[in-house]
Amino acid sequence: MNKQMTARDVVAGLTDGMTIGIGGWGPRRKPMALVREILRSDLKDLTLVSYGGADVGMLCAAGKVKKVVFAFVSLDFIPLEPYFRQARQSGSIEVMEIDEGMMLLGLRAAAWGLPFIPTEVGLGTDIISKNPDIKVIDSPYDDKEWVAMPALRLDVSLIHADRADRRGVCQIAGPDHYMDDWFARAARETYVSCDELVDTDYFHDPAQARMVHWERSQTTGVIPIAGGAHPSSCAPLYGFDVAHFKAYAASAKDEAGFQGYLDRYLGDSEEAYQQSVGGLDAIRAIELPTY
Amino acid sequence: MTAATEYSLAELCIVAASRAFESDGEVLATGIGVIPRLAASLAMKTTNPDLMMTDSEAWMLSEPNPLGKRPADFIPATESWMGFSRIFDNVWSGRRHAMLGPTQIDRYGQTNTSALGGSYEAPKVMMLGARGFPGNSISHPNSFFVPSHNTRVFMEGECDFVSSVGYNPERLPRGHSLDDIDIRLVVTDLCVMDFGGPDHQIRLVSLHPGVTVEQVQENTGYPVHVPADVPQTSAPTQEQLGIIAALDPHNQRAVQIKDNPPGVRTA
Repeated sequence: MNKQMTARDVVAGLTDGMTIGIGGWGPRRKPMALVREILRSDLKDLTLVSYGGADVGMLCAAGKVKKVVFAFVSLDFIPLEPYFRQARQSGSIEVMEIDEGMMLLGLRAAAWGLPFIPTEVGLGTDIISKNPDIKVIDSPYDDKEWVAMPALRLDVSLIHADRADRRGVCQIAGPDHYMDDWFARAARETYVSCDELVDTDYFHDPAQARMVHWERSQTTGVIPIAGGAHPSSCAPLYGFDVAHFKAYAASAKDEAGFQGYLDRYLGDSEEAYQQSVGGLDAIRAIELPTY
Repeated sequence: MTAATEYSLAELCIVAASRAFESDGEVLATGIGVIPRLAASLAMKTTNPDLMMTDSEAWMLSEPNPLGKRPADFIPATESWMGFSRIFDNVWSGRRHAMLGPTQIDRYGQTNTSALGGSYEAPKVMMLGARGFPGNSISHPNSFFVPSHNTRVFMEGECDFVSSVGYNPERLPRGHSLDDIDIRLVVTDLCVMDFGGPDHQIRLVSLHPGVTVEQVQENTGYPVHVPADVPQTSAPTQEQLGIIAALDPHNQRAVQIKDNPPGVRTA
């Protein structure tokens, strides 16, 4: 089966009001080229589920978002995501604010076809009091109360991987695949952009196959876009673009705001975008961060 | 073990905060931020070599990494993979002790990392979000570091948004006891505190050199329990200062507390 497609194909299949999971973590390995294609579209009223970074900030700033399910939205070295912050402070988006681990449980529940997973996480906090849709239940086995973390069922997940073949075998070669396997499993359809398209025999080496974290049956489409995580990182290929994120954050204080950022960088295609940020070689030359 | 006479307030706080981990045994020590990370690293290098630690990314280390850019030939002491999804397996096992810096800490030890002022629908200031605080607080011990002890952090009333559980009987989940909640040390630029006062009231443990009980109380928005005898926070030893310097070769600790004051403050 050949699952290769373009970013435009992916976005053409999305509809207003969908719930979209986005892989990665903060400024790390976000499917930004796919996010940019959504920015170029008329899509609106999306619900996002994300360990959020500029993916969430940009889509909020562009007015694409109805609701965000989040535990944080951060660029790490810039702790507060500027456009998410604006969206929250203006009251323009709905939120479901949960703990990082609750998000993992919600994705697992969706992946496993369960209505919820019980946990003690969230008890006693405003996670429960501000989210009337998250129920606290009795246990059939003890006298404690438990949080019933509901399944986070996703219409679509968008993920960026280092490599994939045309059949949807996806490799994340960086040190952490974050929760991307659960995003892939929690969604009806999963679209994976990749820095490099490889032949299937690439994975005949077990050391390479060991870095494949879900079965190809969970991958709906494969979109080869070298540098497609920029300005987020795709370790070990490239780090996140500190200068670009600084310019992005600064744009939130400019009069032109996000439109100024879009006018300067977005372009009408990924090729145009990459030219505006110095080209693929410049992206691939970005140093990995030191923690 | 010679006590140093010249040391910065940051170094005093690192040593004081490292004591939070000394009796922990074999748990994952997570220090978020420069001073908490150095505190956990110092404990692992001295008082509690059984501690576990990650590289703040995806690997468990048998020796803490020095902070910041490391030489090209540096080899981290990796001992296992420890990606973010696996962190939750550890958190929910309870075998972890985190030290973090919340924006607000109320009299119950509840914290806020999420939103200040306005309404929840449109807060005046949106911060990070709840992050992992809800799960941390109900699953394992936690300590806090506050670089500027004032009544905005230690505020009157209850946190604007409660990210983590504390000793608030009103919010105690059914079937739980307040003793299930385990807040350890609260280290600030003025003093060390814990929640060991009557009915889990915040309690003064030690005062940094040159700081008075009155100063602590004035800068805390609720009553602090003051035992009859409050010692001075122990000065770092020369050995501890040497280990800290090796763990922080770029001196990031010098920019963690405003104006990097000396540990012994004169009026």
